Amino acid sequence: MMEKQELIPHLFRTEFTKIAAVLCKLFGIEHIEAAEDIASETFLSALETWSYKGVPENPVAWLYAVAKNKAKNQINRNQIFSKKIEPQLKNTIDRINEIDIDLSEKNITDSQLQMLFAICHPSISTEAQIGLSLRILCGFGIEEIANAFLSNKETINKRLYRAKEKLQQEKVQIEFPSAKEIDKRLETVLTTLYLLFNEGYYSESSDAVLREDLCLEAMRLTYLLIENEQTNLPPVNAMLSLMCFHASRFAARKKENGELVLYKDQDEKLWNQDLITKGIFFLNASSQGNTISKYHLEASIAYWHTIKADTKEKWESILQLYNQLLQIEYSPVAALNRTFALSKARDKKEAIKEAEKLQLTNNHYYYTLLGELYKEIDNKKSKLNFEKAYALAKTQTDKQVIKKKIVEL
Amino acid sequence: MKEFLFLYRNDSSKMQQATPEQAAAMLKKWMDWLGSIAAQNKLITNGNRLHDSGKIVKSENVVTNGPYTEIKESIGGYSIIKAASYDEAVEFAKGCPGLLNGGSVEVREIDSM
Repeated sequence: MMEKQELIPHLFRTEFTKIAAVLCKLFGIEHIEAAEDIASETFLSALETWSYKGVPENPVAWLYAVAKNKAKNQINRNQIFSKKIEPQLKNTIDRINEIDIDLSEKNITDSQLQMLFAICHPSISTEAQIGLSLRILCGFGIEEIANAFLSNKETINKRLYRAKEKLQQEKVQIEFPSAKEIDKRLETVLTTLYLLFNEGYYSESSDAVLREDLCLEAMRLTYLLIENEQTNLPPVNAMLSLMCFHASRFAARKKENGELVLYKDQDEKLWNQDLITKGIFFLNASSQGNTISKYHLEASIAYWHTIKADTKEKWESILQLYNQLLQIEYSPVAALNRTFALSKARDKKEAIKEAEKLQLTNNHYYYTLLGELYKEIDNKKSKLNFEKAYALAKTQTDKQVIKKKIVEL
Repeated sequence: MKEFLFLYRNDSSKMQQATPEQAAAMLKKWMDWLGSIAAQNKLITNGNRLHDSGKIVKSENVVTNGPYTEIKESIGGYSIIKAASYDEAVEFAKGCPGLLNGGSVEVREIDSM
């Protein structure tokens, strides 16, 4: 019994996405819901049948056989499908059985990759792209998605529904973008995967397994791009490198109770060396060509953070990387981190001068940074800034961290 | 918020005399300065650096090599920043590392019309 309970969720995630992608590719984006339903029903059948007959010897083959049958029945029943498929078939009823529902490894990978491009389409919002990716490409249940976004099932259902509607309206094709378009389309895909990873990494959800799963799924989808010759490009490698470096700190950055452990307090023995090595591998792979994307810079910054020792060299390198990153794209986080690196590479007084120019007065990290910088220089000012940060912080995790700083002062 | 063009002028002969270490130290200063402006979300583009040599095209098919090598101040590059006023733009320009080598920054508001 135990074995089955563990087997089904695992199978569901991996096989649901495969079945959904292949069927959606076959039916077209306008029938994305039918593809999803067939994949879901396949697992309902599995749950029912396997509970009294036991798990079959080859569960995956069983699932594919059932999915194929359900798909054929659907085609048979539904006139809409025959409109799409009929032109290829002279005698629909007789030849239904000849329709090839190709669940080979190659077609699965191709379909998933094409679905990734279809879902990460510039016509739908990034938020919807992430939601749809989680549902269709990662096989997450609606409840899991709601949990990850700290939202409810209703909101998520609405969001996904609207996103699917939009894809249908835009008549988005499930296909690999042309060589001419690929760089631009890839940019959207990378943004979504990046946010998907961050959603997991910085999620406030109390479910630690779920948080890690989001990150691992983002990495799996990025790896899908690397395995394909046309999308195995420097920015993709840089992104995966960045993800590996971040993921290497999973075990070290949160306590069992979910409390955040700051970088400087982390036990580096808990850092996953295997992932660090992989990160370095993909960082090297990303250095081909002569364009530097923001992912290259962020991966290089993350690389320096895998070296725990505080040296001037380390922080000077990080400072220069942030200088470059900010010139490509401004973000408040990068501006604050640059200023922190400045305090480590040079000195606190110079950093205070720079920090006060930022004027990010509605950002609690801004006041946390000022609090840190004033520490030992002017403890009164330090406390004042931490208190401002505390008042602005929205989450319990952030408030806990800041409170600790005030107490330690 | 207005946009301003920064035109960097310098004595290019001086730059050519710099040792690799001096050039690297100078580059770092430029990166710190541009990074600081960018951290304030005031950088539109870091622009480009320009080669020393060039061509001048005049009417009646007159094309000459750029006069840059003979003059003390040739245009070495440009950036575009945003600032609320000339005063703010000038404050940014005062930190430009090019000034340390006797160069100058010409600050010009971009006419958006």
